[in-house]
Amino acid sequence: MCSQQCDCVEEELDLTLVKEILEGYEKKQKNLIPILQETQAEYGYLPQEVLKEVADYLGISFSQVYGVATFYSQFYLEPRGEYIIRVCMGTACHVRGAAKILDELEGELGIEDGGTTDDLLFTIESVACIGACGLAPVIMVNDDTHGRLTPEDVPEILAQYGE
Amino acid sequence: MATNEENIPSYQDLDFYKSQRRLALANCGFIDPESIEDYIASDGYQALSKVLTEMKPQEVIDEVKESGLRGRGGGGFPTGMKWQFAYDASGDKKYIICNADEGDPGAFMDRGLLEGDPHSILEGMIIGGYAIGADEGYIYIRAEYPLAIKRLEKAITAAEEKGLLGEDIFGSGFNFKLQIKAGAGAFVCGEETGLMASIEGERGMPTPRPPFPANKGLWDKPSNINNVETFANIPIIIREGAASFKELGTEDSSGTKVFALTGMIENTGLAEVEMGTTMREIIFGIGGGIQDDKEFKAVQIGGPSGGCLPDEKLDLPIDYDSLIEAGAMMGSGGLVVMDENSCMVDVARFFLNFVQSESCGKCTPCREGTRRMLEILNRITQGEGEEEDLELLRTLAESVKKLSLCGLGKTAPNPVLSTLRYFEDEYEAHIKNDECPGGVCQNLLPGYIIDYEKCIGCTYCIDACPIDVVDGRLEEIHEINEEDCNACGACEPECPVDAIIQKNYIEHFPQYRHLLEEDEEEVEA
Repeated sequence: MCSQQCDCVEEELDLTLVKEILEGYEKKQKNLIPILQETQAEYGYLPQEVLKEVADYLGISFSQVYGVATFYSQFYLEPRGEYIIRVCMGTACHVRGAAKILDELEGELGIEDGGTTDDLLFTIESVACIGACGLAPVIMVNDDTHGRLTPEDVPEILAQYGE
Repeated sequence: MATNEENIPSYQDLDFYKSQRRLALANCGFIDPESIEDYIASDGYQALSKVLTEMKPQEVIDEVKESGLRGRGGGGFPTGMKWQFAYDASGDKKYIICNADEGDPGAFMDRGLLEGDPHSILEGMIIGGYAIGADEGYIYIRAEYPLAIKRLEKAITAAEEKGLLGEDIFGSGFNFKLQIKAGAGAFVCGEETGLMASIEGERGMPTPRPPFPANKGLWDKPSNINNVETFANIPIIIREGAASFKELGTEDSSGTKVFALTGMIENTGLAEVEMGTTMREIIFGIGGGIQDDKEFKAVQIGGPSGGCLPDEKLDLPIDYDSLIEAGAMMGSGGLVVMDENSCMVDVARFFLNFVQSESCGKCTPCREGTRRMLEILNRITQGEGEEEDLELLRTLAESVKKLSLCGLGKTAPNPVLSTLRYFEDEYEAHIKNDECPGGVCQNLLPGYIIDYEKCIGCTYCIDACPIDVVDGRLEEIHEINEEDCNACGACEPECPVDAIIQKNYIEHFPQYRHLLEEDEEEVEA
């Protein structure tokens, strides 16, 4: 991830996982999407090295694999946090101050909407409506719903998911 | 016991079920969807046995033609004819595909069927496979339906164990296998050529037709695609006979249709009714009318491909052709009911935003046309619309409709065209008067002001304002910065002395006259 010298230790990507997954599939392009789905479930996203591995195995070009991976909205090419925070921006939440909740989250985590923290713990994602308008303003952290929030509640919620 | 019988109403006593005619949904909620024995006990797989032991493929196709069944996925193409094309196509390898990529916002009919009665879809597909000469089938289902996927997997395994899938089914020599393909989040894959590209492991981009899938489909082999609900109707037609199926519904649209009833109505849920039932019966009978005694404004039918119908169309008997005449379409069957507090321009913008972001980008009319239309609608809802915008919108809509490659683009302008047709006055109110009659479009809402005679300087409104546009200190009179107020209304309920008023009220009530005079003084100064 780092393009410049820094203190963080770049973790070597473990390609044995994708190789194991590939062994379970015939070398046919029709298996590309199921392979990407299973691989993403394992890695949390689709790293470039993994996509190259998949292309080599299926005998198709990297650009073809990249084309498919970027066409479908459920594939991610960047690492995502262990916890995905979905901030509802629906009408009810908007009126009850969703923007302030998002501001607070962004400030606390030091990332912007759509971004992921460096420790890969959190990803913030604003969404159109999660259908819990009675609890507005509301966020979801993975499958947990937190409603009737004020900005003051945010640090406490994040602490529940920190180490 | 007698008291219990009195206290617990039967299904038929409830308004929601009273006028429904549950055919495809007959088993849903009554059998254990994970038990093949339950399905068999309610006459399941009898139609398959009849087909494989007593009927020739052409006879099956004739029966389906005779029933008048039309595709339940939205287009309404006669199913029997579609099967005939695939049957007539030459080739030793053919495929049958079930389209379970239900992606319309506000639609969950197929989900109900897949989760509630998965075997009926399997049975319909095996019969279809036999009829067209396919020995392999795919169910393409969106990944957002994990429970449906789990139940389908379980149903396939159970059917294989019972010999209803696999080799030599019922000793007839007919072989058939089924596979599930989970989608990866692309609405355009609901279009049949896009769907097949996705099964092949490609980007789900549609291709021009002809060649039609019946001749050149999955891996260039003759293929037939039907929707979930279409397949669920097949065992019923075979078991009960085409004639009894045709007795239901209207002359050109036989049988029943499942609708997903949502929006501002009392009862929401799946409603299966005979074709030809009026919208009024569905919304006010089954749906129990509008919530909180509000006024009905429109019903959105058919998702992003459909349209918005007003009050005067409520008595229209619903079938494929009447809806198209009215400027909507059956679509998959989502019905979103809207009350007086909805803005029809905003609804059109919502759907266009959806199709614009789901457009695959292959053909220019859809990719660019929907984007330009969305820009215009964004402008109008922000109060920056111009009078010539409506004509421009119409021209763009007609072009996108005519020139787009696939169904997504061809139907994308429908929500705009239908709202322009029935609710042009709302567009004009936005453009000419800077007003949003539904009170939805934030930029056009009148802001709030504080009555200086009442304000006690408690700072509650300052704390409540999400965008910090209220000025003032404790025990001093507060003031809302009118320029920046976005009329969200968060401050109004917080005020303990009711000093916060929406600006458009002040001229109507004498007690606020002092605020009005002040306004005028400012203008003069």
